[in-house]
Amino acid sequence: MSAAAPVVTGIGIAAPNGLGTARYWTATRAGESGIGPVTRFDAARYPSRLAGEVPGFDAADHLPTRLLPQTDHMTRLALVAAEEALADAAVDPAEPGEPGSGDLDDPGARGVVTASSAGGFEFGQRELEMLWSRGSEHVSAYQSFAWFYAVNTGQISIRHGLKGPGGVLVTDQAGGLDAIAEARRQLRRRSRLIVSGGVDGAICPWGWAAQLTGGRLCTGDDPATAYLPFDERAAGHVPAEGGAILVLEDAAAARSRAAPRVYGEIAGYAAGFDPRPGTGRGPTLRRVIESALRDAAMRPADIGAVFADAAAVPGLDGEETAAIAAVFGERAVPVTAPKTMLGRMYAGAAALDVATALLTIRDGIIPPTINVRPARRHPIDIVLGAPRPAPVRAAAVIARGHGGFNSVLVVRAAGTAPPGPGTEPARGTHHARQAV
Amino acid sequence: MPDRPFELHDLRRILRESAGIDESADLGGETLDTEFDALGIDSVALMETASRISREHGVQLDDEELTTSTTARRLMEMVNERRR
Repeated sequence: MSAAAPVVTGIGIAAPNGLGTARYWTATRAGESGIGPVTRFDAARYPSRLAGEVPGFDAADHLPTRLLPQTDHMTRLALVAAEEALADAAVDPAEPGEPGSGDLDDPGARGVVTASSAGGFEFGQRELEMLWSRGSEHVSAYQSFAWFYAVNTGQISIRHGLKGPGGVLVTDQAGGLDAIAEARRQLRRRSRLIVSGGVDGAICPWGWAAQLTGGRLCTGDDPATAYLPFDERAAGHVPAEGGAILVLEDAAAARSRAAPRVYGEIAGYAAGFDPRPGTGRGPTLRRVIESALRDAAMRPADIGAVFADAAAVPGLDGEETAAIAAVFGERAVPVTAPKTMLGRMYAGAAALDVATALLTIRDGIIPPTINVRPARRHPIDIVLGAPRPAPVRAAAVIARGHGGFNSVLVVRAAGTAPPGPGTEPARGTHHARQAV
Repeated sequence: MPDRPFELHDLRRILRESAGIDESADLGGETLDTEFDALGIDSVALMETASRISREHGVQLDDEELTTSTTARRLMEMVNERRR
């Protein structure tokens, strides 16, 4: 409701190299890969056999038994991440009217907006198998929603009593950013708190078959040479499961309830769509990055790290590095792709990159890109092999979805908005505001 | 399909599979008359329960019978009434 940028007050993470923010961040700073052979089904007969799977996840350890018959694996991961994020923010939205909670007891003031790409594919496959092999009476009643794109939003909403705006964005890999942007829109209206982000995953035969038709999965069995964005050897990606759920709050609301921590602000965002192939018009990514910076009222030099989409498809990699170099200058900003440790988690990926960017700002350590030997034609400074200590006050996250989606989100340390047109002036500078 | 009354242990097992009701939650005694709502069994869970009862015991409850079966005792009675 205040015009100031919304803040992130809680983070929950489920990633192939660690479940939970602490484990993930420790592993990610150290460059530890979570990519390995597929274990969720027998992938031996498929051309792609590697995945990023969240290790050691037994849903029964984390969730009430009541939720187990009705949830897909990726929804279970999302519920665990959402619980972690809300606990991290020290807010229990189901408990209305805490002292100092402002309007948090208004049911319309708290909501959920997540990203999704495929919904609960594994659940859906199992029920379709029942339908074909045994008949409709054997299909679970929960199939009515468990496969559905919006299911994570719904389950998080029900579990935590978030009765305000609910939504889901389906824009492939760009979704994690688009969902956070929609959360920001809701916070600019009447919401005080929105749980957002994305957790995704479809590591099952049906999901595999669908992803293989896209032609962007790498083959081969060596996790160290499978997913190599910006490398001459780039030949597609490793699919993964996981993502991040964030608690976003109106800045004034977070202040008034004395939120225990503020990771940073959602400073800027823009989205664009690439022209249809064959029209001769170029990709929109450069303009999207520039628009996001303009939205944040920041200059390229204000950005201390870029989290790349890192498609590992040579043409797409070229577009991305050209756009980064055009906006920031050649080798002028550290670029990283922690995804090289994880694989691509579709709607979960960019949300996790946002969480990672906020942790980078907090700790002053840019996590590395692993396994990659960058091709010389990419004019960017990639953080390779080892984490790079650097005081990062703001970071840009790039996410590109299959079919032409381009989104960019800028996060920055709280309270570091630069002065200038378009930004909310600091408190007590009303005259400056009127002058603008 | 078993040719015997639909008993508490049948319902317990089916509720565990269909609604994730914890085995340690003793469905019996007082909870036999606790409203399903209060046990965390919502309308979809009840549909799934009815679907399993139909598959395993050959008793198909219609929507009205289902919505009036709001406790374990009433659900068992409804199923056994229909078996006759």
